[in-house]
Amino acid sequence: MSDEHGHHPQPLSDVERRARALEELLTEKGIVNGEFIDWMVEAYAEDVGPMNGAKVVARAWVDPGYKERLLSDGTAAIAELGFGGPEGDHIVAVENTPDVHNVVVCTLCSCYPWPVLGLPPTWYKSPPYRSRMVREPRALLAEMGCDVPEDAEIRVWDSSAEARYLVLPERPARSDGATEEELAALVGRDAMIGVARP
Amino acid sequence: MEGFGSVEVDAGEPAFRHAWEARMFGIAGGALASGGFNTPMFRHAIERMDPGHYLTSSYYEHWLTAVATLLVEAGTISPDELDARAGGFPLSHPAAVGAGDVDAVTPSETPRYAVGDAVRVRDVQFAGHTRCPRYVRGRRGVIARVDPAAPIPEVEAHRRERMLDPSYSVRFDAAELWSGAAEPNSSMLVDLYEQYLDRV
Repeated sequence: MSDEHGHHPQPLSDVERRARALEELLTEKGIVNGEFIDWMVEAYAEDVGPMNGAKVVARAWVDPGYKERLLSDGTAAIAELGFGGPEGDHIVAVENTPDVHNVVVCTLCSCYPWPVLGLPPTWYKSPPYRSRMVREPRALLAEMGCDVPEDAEIRVWDSSAEARYLVLPERPARSDGATEEELAALVGRDAMIGVARP
Repeated sequence: MEGFGSVEVDAGEPAFRHAWEARMFGIAGGALASGGFNTPMFRHAIERMDPGHYLTSSYYEHWLTAVATLLVEAGTISPDELDARAGGFPLSHPAAVGAGDVDAVTPSETPRYAVGDAVRVRDVQFAGHTRCPRYVRGRRGVIARVDPAAPIPEVEAHRRERMLDPSYSVRFDAAELWSGAAEPNSSMLVDLYEQYLDRV
């Protein structure tokens, strides 16, 4: 079957045809409107993402008072930097140390701290990640390029209720003398999920 | 779930991989809000997808299917309208339980447990929406954090009401969950509602 509307150079896939059917139907019935959809898309494609979480982490690395507040009340400390919103009502920050490695999963679906990390990547939502991270975290972390020494404890946080988790990674040794902004640039999404190091 | 293969990471993945996924994200936000559908209803509509469809479709196809299902069930749109435009539109299966099948719980907003208390997860089988992961049912753990009371997912999903229950982060040793297959020196911390727990 081919697309006959002419705007697409290629035929629509089945799922594209279904998505378009639903959007058209709901727009005609006044249930959704294009402006709202555009706003949602722009907000989460551009404005909300791991760059927010990286600022939180960098601040915690340079400001011990902030780090203490972050670990005791993540939501409030994150709000200090202006971040909050959907999936951010209760954010818990967990600290990686030489003795403890934290990693986050949602075995039931794909819960994720949107205000600090944006929307989750495909692998985080995939059945292999969701099933294996609770069953064999050390093996899966190693497979993903994040070796955790045998003598370090692994804590896997399954966000199965209201709390959303942000991993505070260890500050890299090579970052002495870096500014807060330079530090933020070192912090990637995967380090704040706990599957990588900065 | 178990028996799945490797985790494929695409480091350069954008927030949305296709234009329709971005549209679907916005459509879901608008449609769920305007229909008064709560998050547990949405999650349950995803869980009710045919297993074969669920496992072979992408994240935003789950959203697409669940949003369409909720709107059809509410009578806002009809399957015929969807089929006419899309040429086939698979929806989720009907719910296996109704409002009356949710156990009458007597929640309290005051937590019964404190950090350090030993608990066991009730081994309850419920055919509707639940946030009690299968892998901790019947297992012993220790309260690691006391969280604010939150709406019980079963009640929200099936009765469309908010009834608060204390919630906790419960810590389980890997060996308690996986016996001989457990990796050493690891634990799982799972967020659970008080109604899922018994004192040990």
